[in-house]
Amino acid sequence: MTSGELEAIEIDLLLEAVFRRYGYDFRSYARASVVRRLRLLLEQSGIASVGELIPKLLHEPAFFQELLFAFSITVSGMFRDPEFFRSLRENVVPLLKTYPFIRVWVAGCACGEEAYSLAILLKEEGLAAHSTIYATDINDQALAVAKEGIYPLRQVREYTENYQKSGPHDSFSRYYHASHDHIVMNRELKKSITFANHNLVSDHVFAEMHLILCRNVMIYFDRELKDRVLRLLDSSLIRGGFLCLGTKESLRFSCGDGRHDEIDSKNRIYRKRVLEAGEGRTR
Amino acid sequence: MKKYRAVVAGCSAGGMQAVATLLAQLGTSFRLPLIIVQHLHREQGEYLFRFYSSSTHLKVQEASEREKILPGNVYVAPPDYHLLIEHDETFSLSVEEKVNFCRPSIDVLFESAADVYGTALAGVVLTGANSDGALGLKRIKDCGGLTLVQRPETAQFPEMPRSALLCVHADQVLTTEEIGRFLMTL
Repeated sequence: MTSGELEAIEIDLLLEAVFRRYGYDFRSYARASVVRRLRLLLEQSGIASVGELIPKLLHEPAFFQELLFAFSITVSGMFRDPEFFRSLRENVVPLLKTYPFIRVWVAGCACGEEAYSLAILLKEEGLAAHSTIYATDINDQALAVAKEGIYPLRQVREYTENYQKSGPHDSFSRYYHASHDHIVMNRELKKSITFANHNLVSDHVFAEMHLILCRNVMIYFDRELKDRVLRLLDSSLIRGGFLCLGTKESLRFSCGDGRHDEIDSKNRIYRKRVLEAGEGRTR
Repeated sequence: MKKYRAVVAGCSAGGMQAVATLLAQLGTSFRLPLIIVQHLHREQGEYLFRFYSSSTHLKVQEASEREKILPGNVYVAPPDYHLLIEHDETFSLSVEEKVNFCRPSIDVLFESAADVYGTALAGVVLTGANSDGALGLKRIKDCGGLTLVQRPETAQFPEMPRSALLCVHADQVLTTEEIGRFLMTL
C-alpha cells in the first residue's frame, strides 16, 4: 500500500471521528482541499501523520477548534469581484427597492468581509433602513473576527481599489478608521449585520430571504452536498428572490437549475422564478 | 498502455511566450491533458486564451470546477483561484490564502496532481520571477512522477526554474521547444 493510500484511510477515519465526536460533517467536502488543509495543520502543529491527529482531536476540544478554523476559513476580501457588486447595484437593487423591507443572507461569511461590503452597498443605495443582513458561518472563531470588524491595514489598498470599481457613491475611507496596523469598520455598519452560527451542512432554513450571497462556499463541497445546500438556499428564498454564487460557480451541474432565471450569467446572479413551470401561465 | 496520464505546468513572469512556444510543438496527436497554472492579472484572461488558441490546434480553455479532465485538452487555471485535482479526475477550485504570494499557486496544483496521478504525472516548471512550483515539483518527484524544468539561462526570468532545480534533481532540463517535443514522446 502506498503512503497516499494510507493517508486516504487516515483521513476517512479522522473525518468520521470528527463527525461522531463533534457533529461537524466534513465527509462530503471536496477531498483535495481537505487534504491540503490537514497537511498544513500537521505542519503547524509538528505532528507526523494524519492518524496521530485523531486521538488529539477526540480528546482535546480546543484542538478541534483549530481544525475547524483551518477547514472553514476562506479568504475573501472586501468587494471581491467588483463587477459582481456593480451588477448587484444595477440589476438587483432596483427590484429590492420595491419591497418595504428586505432580508439578506450572507451564507458562509467567514471573517465577514463580504457582509461588510454588502452593508456598505445597501447603505449607499438607501436600503439600509429597510433591511436586515444575516451573516452566518460554522466557525465561531471566524464569526468573532467578523463581529469585531477588524482587518489588516495592508489589505486596504486592494479593498479600496475594488470598492472604486464597484460603482460606489462615496469613498471607502468613510467606512472605517485606521489604527496602528489595522482598520476597524464603523460601528453603524457593524450594527446593521447580525452574525450568527449556522451550518449549511446540517442546519435548516431560518428565515425567508430576498437576497442570498453564497459565494465560493460550495466550491468546497462534493456534488451531492452542493445539491443539498442549493436546495436549502432555494427554500430560504422568497419567490422572485436572488441567489448569488461565486463567479466561477454555476448551477449548470446541479439539480437546482430550471427553477431560476439567470439575471447576470457572468457574475452568477440568479432569480428564483415567481411561477414555476406548470403553475399556470409561464412568463 | 501509455505510462503518463497528465501533464501539469507552471509559469509566471515571461510565461505567455514560453507557453505559446511549448504549445506550438504539440501536434493534434498529443493525447494527454495539459494543465497550466500561470500567474496572471485578472484582466489578462481573455486575451490569453485567444493568444494560446492561435498557437495550437489543441482546445485551450479555462479550467472550471467539477469539470472532467479530458485528454488532448489544455486547461488554464482561472485567475484568483487555486486549482486542484480530485481523485475522480475533475477540477476543484479554492480561494484559500495565497501560497508564495500567489493564487493560483503552482505548488497547490502540483501537489494535488501528484496525489491523484502519482507515477503517471509529468510536471513542468517554466520561466518566472519567484519560487512557486519548486516544492510542488519535489512532491511530483517524490510520488514517482517525471520532472522537467526549463533551462534557466533560456528563461526570460530564470529564478523560478532555478529554484525548482535547487529543490529537485530534475529528470530533464531543456528549452521550451525541447520540452514541447519531449512531451510529444510521452
